[in-house]
Amino acid sequence: MDAFILQILNGLDKGSAYALIALGLTLIFGTLGVVNFAHGALFMIGAFCAVTLNKLFSISFETVDPTKTDFLGNPLKVKTPYLESWFGPELGGAIIDWSVPLSLIIAIPVMIAIGLIMERGLIRHFYKRPHADQILVTFGLAIVLQEVIKYFFGANPIQTPAPDALKGVFDLGTWLGLSLPYPIWRVFYFLFAVVTIFAVFAFLQFTTFGMVVRAGMADRETVGLLGINIDKRFSIMFGLAAAVAGLAGVMYGPINPPNYHMGMDFLVLSFVVVVVGGMGSLPGAVLAGFLLGILESFASTTWATTTLPGINQIIIYLVAIIVLMTRPRGLMGRKGVMEE
Amino acid sequence: MGLLDVKDVGKRFGGLKALSDVNLSVKDNSVHAIIGPNGAGKSTLLNCLVGKLIPDSGSVLFNGASVLGRKPHEINQLGISRVFQTPEIFGDLTVMENMLIPLLAHRDGAYRLHAYSSVSSEKDLTTRAEEMLDEVNMLDKRNMNAASMSRGDKRRLEMAMCLIQDPKLLLLDEPTAGMARADTNNTIDLLKEIRDKRDITIAIIEHDMHVVFSLADRITVLAQGTPLVEDTPDNIKGHPKVKEAYLGETA
Amino acid sequence: MFGLSRSDLRLMCVVLALTLFAPIILNPFPTESAMAQFNAGYPDLMQRFVIFGIFAIGFNILFGLTGYLSFGHAAFLGVGSYACVWMFKLLGYNILPGIVLSVIVAGLFSALIGYVSLRRSGIYFSILTLAFAQMSFALAYSVLSNPKFNLTNGETGLQVYSDDPQWFHSDRLPDLPHLFGIPMRATHQLNIGGWDFQFNFGYYVCAVVLIVAFYLSIRLFRSPFGMMLRAVKSNQQRMTYTGLNPKPYTLAAFVISGMYAGLAGGLLSAMDPLAGAERMQWTASGEVVLMTILGGAGTLIGPVLGAGFIKYFENIFSKINDGVLHSWFSFLPDGLENLMVDLVHPFVGKGWHLTLGLLFMLVVTFLPGGLVEGGQRLGRLLTGRRKASSDAEPNPTPAE
Repeated sequence: MDAFILQILNGLDKGSAYALIALGLTLIFGTLGVVNFAHGALFMIGAFCAVTLNKLFSISFETVDPTKTDFLGNPLKVKTPYLESWFGPELGGAIIDWSVPLSLIIAIPVMIAIGLIMERGLIRHFYKRPHADQILVTFGLAIVLQEVIKYFFGANPIQTPAPDALKGVFDLGTWLGLSLPYPIWRVFYFLFAVVTIFAVFAFLQFTTFGMVVRAGMADRETVGLLGINIDKRFSIMFGLAAAVAGLAGVMYGPINPPNYHMGMDFLVLSFVVVVVGGMGSLPGAVLAGFLLGILESFASTTWATTTLPGINQIIIYLVAIIVLMTRPRGLMGRKGVMEE
Repeated sequence: MGLLDVKDVGKRFGGLKALSDVNLSVKDNSVHAIIGPNGAGKSTLLNCLVGKLIPDSGSVLFNGASVLGRKPHEINQLGISRVFQTPEIFGDLTVMENMLIPLLAHRDGAYRLHAYSSVSSEKDLTTRAEEMLDEVNMLDKRNMNAASMSRGDKRRLEMAMCLIQDPKLLLLDEPTAGMARADTNNTIDLLKEIRDKRDITIAIIEHDMHVVFSLADRITVLAQGTPLVEDTPDNIKGHPKVKEAYLGETA
Repeated sequence: MFGLSRSDLRLMCVVLALTLFAPIILNPFPTESAMAQFNAGYPDLMQRFVIFGIFAIGFNILFGLTGYLSFGHAAFLGVGSYACVWMFKLLGYNILPGIVLSVIVAGLFSALIGYVSLRRSGIYFSILTLAFAQMSFALAYSVLSNPKFNLTNGETGLQVYSDDPQWFHSDRLPDLPHLFGIPMRATHQLNIGGWDFQFNFGYYVCAVVLIVAFYLSIRLFRSPFGMMLRAVKSNQQRMTYTGLNPKPYTLAAFVISGMYAGLAGGLLSAMDPLAGAERMQWTASGEVVLMTILGGAGTLIGPVLGAGFIKYFENIFSKINDGVLHSWFSFLPDGLENLMVDLVHPFVGKGWHLTLGLLFMLVVTFLPGGLVEGGQRLGRLLTGRRKASSDAEPNPTPAE
């Protein structure tokens, strides 16, 4: 029983990332009708926002500490981050420690800007082009973004630690009398994902802007006829989707140290998630994201991998193929989305 | 028994009854028009005939054989060709290629892996295609990209593509929809010519009364998914039920 | 002649001449000169030109004609590679059985994947093929390399070991891939003046295969079958109502292009008897898409050009380092020289992929017809006249 619940929990963090990326993909697909192969790169850029901020915060100057010497007897050089000297070791240290969550504040405008530039500068010109062209140009963009990050940050994963307070393990099962040791940051990530998802849904549900966008997703032409400038709203949607992917990336750093190809790795799976959930269905994307994350976690158990070696590597693809063959529209797909 | 016999056909979409108890018989070598107000089920009926939709009940016999459950390409191979409301042609291909494809389909069937012979060595087919293009006055456009032609030319090309297969039954879906008066008259003349020169049966779905009355031998009036009457044009004109259901609102 | 029209025959002759004289054409600079780094006449590189040319020709039969964008063709290449190495392990180093088997296995594998994927079209098809390819990659990388059933040898890659059976191997035969005793590695060096030409047997084996593959693709393009495939791309609805079933046509195109990919994979193994899973990764599939688009999808010669172009610049760009850059810009004042080097640096050497990505975007955006269209436009600009539509290539824009 404990093991069973633990596997579900283990699937939640990856599932959260899938759900958030798939949510953004679906937003873009549903509103703009564009299949964005560069969406994984946005997730990756988000993660590197956190890396950058962490590096910026840690910029230090060197001083010589006369009271201490190193083992050769020379005076010891001590690195002090500027932040600590400006705000004092207490506050400065805390800021550095909390750099990942703080990155969220920076990442939101940065990601929205990147999304808008992408949409206005490139993708806008592809609305009327065949889907194959859209796939190809965003694929090219994904390569470019990935290589730019690789150029500046190198090919190796970069550690971005969670705040000390959120490190460590927390036993979720104490109240239930079960033993469920689980890293605190993952709990935090899951909660963050849930909040983000709810925020997006609330935004679409309760604001006029969201209503227009939902109407546009259902029937673009009619809304256009009403004289609403739907294109402008759609580009804002693109910015929002980019922000969601970016935030998912920021927070994912402490779970898996970011590297330049994490975007591509997640993208392929997120596409599969979108397809399983049903193209154009936001709840479908979220549901499928969590389901597939959990499924992957179960397939990674020792029992599963000894019975069927490597099942954890292929389970998602297998499920996707079965779903597409039996329910071509996915779990919650609408009729008529991308059919012929 | 006619060339095409539709018996007790019914079709529902969810709770909506699109067709019910449709009975209709298209006689060999005649022009049969199906008319009716919007939403009368004309297009649904047509789609049931060509295999795009499968009726929930009833039967459709073509030349004595059931077409139900057959795929659209199988039904075409039986001898039913369809002209669409907006011309459906191979836009990326040349006019000549547009003509060769139906000829190949007619000769080789639904699929044949002819990957090693050359299209240009198909002299017989090319000659026949040229004759047909000449007949519709399009021979000079043979090397044009089909998509770059005017709408009227596309319509004629589509018609030629259907006729070159020598179909027993030609189905026309509102062939004059959206056309100016002059174009409509041209189309009527073209259809008359086809009717007179060929051994062919035409079923036509139409909105325009002028077209219907100048062409049809028999007319079926469809309203709310059921045939109201089936009769000659002269009788239909004066029929009170038709006036009430259909002409009443336009006349 | 040979069932080709005059313009196709001319194209065929150009390809024939280019491939047969490639060791000379690709080596225009004397070995000692500073420009020698731009030579491409080494056996290894020329083999790659030709092999990826075959891969792209095959991919073009599917994508260029039917418009179905497969993102999983590398899987067939990988399967072909594995099949060929297995033949080496079991039968011996003669490449013939290996290449035959790689085509057969890739054909069967693509028939299976195609049958499932082609039930959907458009973007769903692309994603399905992508999923299949990634699954194949995962299978090859880990699942099928367990001790009980080791088909792929996982991370290390499949290779021939001394304890492999090699039933038809004898001591008279070379201990590396060969064709009836002549090793692939056999190279004849020819020194004329300052030039150093290398005529490699393996390259010529690949070249002959490419010529045959290219010829077959011309025949296919000009055949009724090829016309039907373009009809699939143009209007499937009209096709069905004309009495044709698009499904077997697209499936046949998928399988044929899969077999070309398998052939290319088999040749890769024949040149270097080591097959690794990374050949199946989706970036590898992306590469063949890129080659086809860059050259000109739907045109005959485009994919070959695209493959050559990418493989050539991959090789050249990766060789350019800062030292080379400094020598290029040495005519500039120091400050400017350093600036230029810094500006160009990210795009060369290890930055080749960045250039590739940018190129990809530029081509898709501004030149959807690829190099072939670019060449035609340039030709029209220079001669100042419009080409007659009769000898124009079929419309190369990919469609759903």
